[in-house]
This record gives sequence, C-alpha cells and structure tokens, in this order.
Amino acid sequence: MKAMVGYCLFALSTIVPAILFPDNYYVTVVGVTICTNIVLAVSLNLLMGYAGQISLGHAAFFGLGAYSSAVLTVKYGIEPWIAMIAGAFMVAVISYILSRPILKLKGHYLAMATLGLGIIVHIFFVQADQLTGGPDGMSGLPVLTIFGIPIDNDIKWYWTFAIFMLLSVLFSLNIARSRSGRALAAVHGSEIAAQMLGVDTAKVKSHIFVFSAVLACITGSLFAHQQDFVSPESFGFFFSIELVTMVVLGGLGSTYGAVVGAIILSLLPELLIVFEDFEVLIFGAILMTIMIFLPQGLFVAMEQAFHNFMNRREQGAANATS
Amino acid sequence: MQLLEVRDLEKKFGGLKAISDLNFSVTERIIFSVIGPNGAGKTTLFNLLTNIYKPSGGSIRFLGREITSLPPYKIAKMGITRTFQNLQVFLNMTALENVMVGCHLHSSSGLIAAALRLPSVTREEKKVREMARQALEFCNLQDIAHMPASALPYGTLKRLEIARALAAKPRLLLMDEPAAGLNDTETMELCNLISRICESGITIILVEHNMSLVMEISHHVLVLNYGELLAQGSPYEIQHNSEVIAAYLGED
Repeated sequence: MKAMVGYCLFALSTIVPAILFPDNYYVTVVGVTICTNIVLAVSLNLLMGYAGQISLGHAAFFGLGAYSSAVLTVKYGIEPWIAMIAGAFMVAVISYILSRPILKLKGHYLAMATLGLGIIVHIFFVQADQLTGGPDGMSGLPVLTIFGIPIDNDIKWYWTFAIFMLLSVLFSLNIARSRSGRALAAVHGSEIAAQMLGVDTAKVKSHIFVFSAVLACITGSLFAHQQDFVSPESFGFFFSIELVTMVVLGGLGSTYGAVVGAIILSLLPELLIVFEDFEVLIFGAILMTIMIFLPQGLFVAMEQAFHNFMNRREQGAANATS
Repeated sequence: MQLLEVRDLEKKFGGLKAISDLNFSVTERIIFSVIGPNGAGKTTLFNLLTNIYKPSGGSIRFLGREITSLPPYKIAKMGITRTFQNLQVFLNMTALENVMVGCHLHSSSGLIAAALRLPSVTREEKKVREMARQALEFCNLQDIAHMPASALPYGTLKRLEIARALAAKPRLLLMDEPAAGLNDTETMELCNLISRICESGITIILVEHNMSLVMEISHHVLVLNYGELLAQGSPYEIQHNSEVIAAYLGED
C-alpha cells in the first residue's frame, strides 16, 4: 500500500504542472526531455541496478527505435504505429540474439562488449546514409495518431510521454517486488547461489536485457516523432554514459533513484545556463560532490536518512510512553 | 533405490587429481558426512555433485537419473540444493527476500506478468511469502525477517542460508562446513537444526571439520584423503579405523 501512495504522489507531480501551466517551457520542452530520460534511466536500471549487469550501450536501442520509426515511415511510407511495433519487434530479436553471448561476460568485459555494441550501432547510423541520411539525419516524419487523436502539439506530446513514463515506472516497481525481480537481485547478489536455488541465470539476464532494450526502443520511436528529426549524435556513446550517470547518481537498484537521477541530469543544464561559460564546470563539480558524499546515490541516501529519522522518532515515542 | 549414486568419479585440475575413482552411494533420509584433512577434495566433491565443476570422468545418478552433465539450475530442479562454505547470501536483500528466492522453483510467474502485476502474481506472492515465513520459522529466524541481510551477524547468515535452501524443498541438501566460525552455543543449535531437517525427510550430505558434531549426528561417514576414498562406515567404525587415525594424526 505504501508503495502505491508514493507512486500516486509521483504521478500527481507530473500531471498537476501540465494542467496548471500547459504552455510553460519547463512543461512542454524540459518536461518531455525529463520523461524521455526517466524511461531510459528506469529501463537501464532494470539491467544495471536490479540484475547488476552494466551496459555502456543503452543509447543504441533508443537509437534503433528512433531510426526504425524514421526510416520505415519516411522511406517506406509505413503507418507510424506499425513502424513502431516493427521497430520494437526487431530490437527484441536483436537484443535476444545478442544477450546470450554478451551476458556471459562479467564486469569490465561486459562493459567493453556493450560499449562496442553502442559504437557499432552509432557507426551504422552515420555510415548507412542511403537508409539513415548519414550524419545529417532525417526529418519529415508523419504525425503519430493515438486512439484517433493526432499528437500534433507540445502539450499533447507531454501527455503522451508522461503516460508512457508513468507506465514504465509502474512496470519497474512491479518487477522489483516479484519472482522475476528477486531472481534478478539474486543474480546480482550471487550468481552461483541463484543457480543452486533453481534460477536459470542466463535466461533471467537475457529476458531483462530484452525488456530493457524494448522499452528504450519504444521511447526512441516516440522521440523521433516528437522531434520530427533524428540524427546519429542523439544516440552516441556520450548519451549512453549519461544514462549510466543518471542511474548511479540517483541510486543503483532503486526505480525512484533512476527517476531522480534522470530529473537532475535533465534539469541541471537548464538551470546552469545562467553561468554561461562555467556551466559544464559547475555541472561536473555538482556530480562529483554528490558521488563523493553520497556514493550510494542521492535518492537512496535520502531514503535511508528518512528511515533513520522515523525509527528514531518511533523509539523516542516508545521511550516517552514507557 | 539409492538416492544418490556416484560411480568412478574423477576430477583433474591440470595434472592434479583432486578426486579419483570415487564410488559411494547415499540412501534416503540419513545424514551422510564427508570428512577428511584440508585439501582432501570435499568441496570439490560438492562442486562436482552440483556440476559447478565438470567431472573429468565417472557418473553421478540422482533418483536413478543421470545428472552428470545437467547445468546447476536443473540439478536444483531435480531436488538438490546446497549451502556454501564461504557464505553466498544475497546481501542486497532482506532476510525474507533471500528465503523467497529459495521458493523460485515453487512459483512460476514470468517477467511480463510481473510488470503488469496480474492477479495471479499477487496470489503467488502471498503463497511464496507464507512458504518463506515457514522456512524462516523452522530455522528460528522469524524475528529478523525484515532486516537487510547485510546487517546480520555471521552466525545468523549461516542459518539464513540454510533457511533459503529449505525453502526450495529439496530431496537432498548439501551443507558445506555449516559449523565453521560458529561458537559453541551456535554449534549446538545447528546440530539440533540439522537433525530436525533430516527428520523432516530431507537427506543431508555434510562436509564438516567439527568432529564431535559429525560423530554425534551422522548416520554414515565417508573419509576422503588426497581425493580418494579412505574409509566409510558408521561413526563408531570410522573412529576406530586405524587408517583414518593415521591420516588425521600422522603415522608413527
């Protein structure tokens, strides 16, 4: 029950601003970016935080989603919905095939392999210019229509992203407290012990890899339609690293941690614009300070502090009555 | 029928024979202890039985079925689970969640159902929680159910690992040095716990250095030395076997 209260508060905090200020820049532009980053960070956290499998190539799946929507709708005139589903299906197949060999690797080797995957996909976007438009990217995507409603202005896009984001967060929270979530955490804790309890660790890792990739892919499709433009630079190595930073900054293994990380990394650049030339410097300093003093992540640290505070108060109350 | 039959088991690490020509069988509902000096191959034997190491030769049959080449998770499915010499508790979970992972084989919901939290998932969660509670209670751990495992003392973690293994409802439980690092009181409790597990119908293979514990609770003892079977029999026979005494104390 407590978990649902937290989720409802979170949902309200995304809905209320949009109702009150439908034209505000921070809702229509920054809000969409935040929602995009939240879904990506939450999906990456399923793999990194829950299952403990690092990925430095998550942006590749985001990019594959965006490009499959762009290419299929613009070059082949396919319906946006069908293009989106086709993209998700393709990414599911690709990620499933890749997952078995890649996830056999551990630690640094897994980091290397996923890094390579991200770079290969990025090179493909740049080089296959007949298909993807090369470094210039491509635009002119048709309008996406959801249940007969054309998504053709900023606030409609905000709602689309907000709903998709809220669903993803709910999925992630649900998985955490389920048989699958525990199996993932068991893989994280001790793979050998997990196997001895009957967990098919290779299968569990592969399933979450596919799930996480497909979530990122659908986000990519929405992103392509919303921006009406795709280019390789949105899906490069640096964006993958940024996603990892979001997950770690908020707190590895916590869904809301990924949410908080995504919000901070999306908002900070907006807020730091006033410092002009020093923006990047201050941005880096803030990230470093958080990680030095709260290595378990901002959200997780705050959660622990809150728990300690409540426990102390309860004890205080118990002492007072006895 | 024998529960477990090991025939001509062999394991080489390069030129070193860690286990050679090992033959033994385990009947159901007994405490079967494996003892031997350090480096005799006891943990290697456990790793072979659970196929964490691939045997170099020989066969292992469980309930009449060949399990020599099954992956560990399938061996677990057949009804064999184990505890570890160096603890393998999931430190990223609470005690209860650890034991709930133990119920993995007795639940079935998948990733998509979990994400959507279908009614079947909620029902299963309730069932699993109850099963885990029972296993915790059996090991007298109900009071620490919601503590994070990382906050628990060593002796409690050892019992938690046993509770987790029991939640899997195995036919055969392999215990690798469960008494290592425990004080006298904790060892007494453990002794009692192992006997109760056996009474509940689970066969136990025990690797242990604490001789008084082994001699007190075992029905059958097997002595390994340099990877070979030195002797086997009842605790009384082993205690009076001159070869065993020589291996432990050195010949004069």
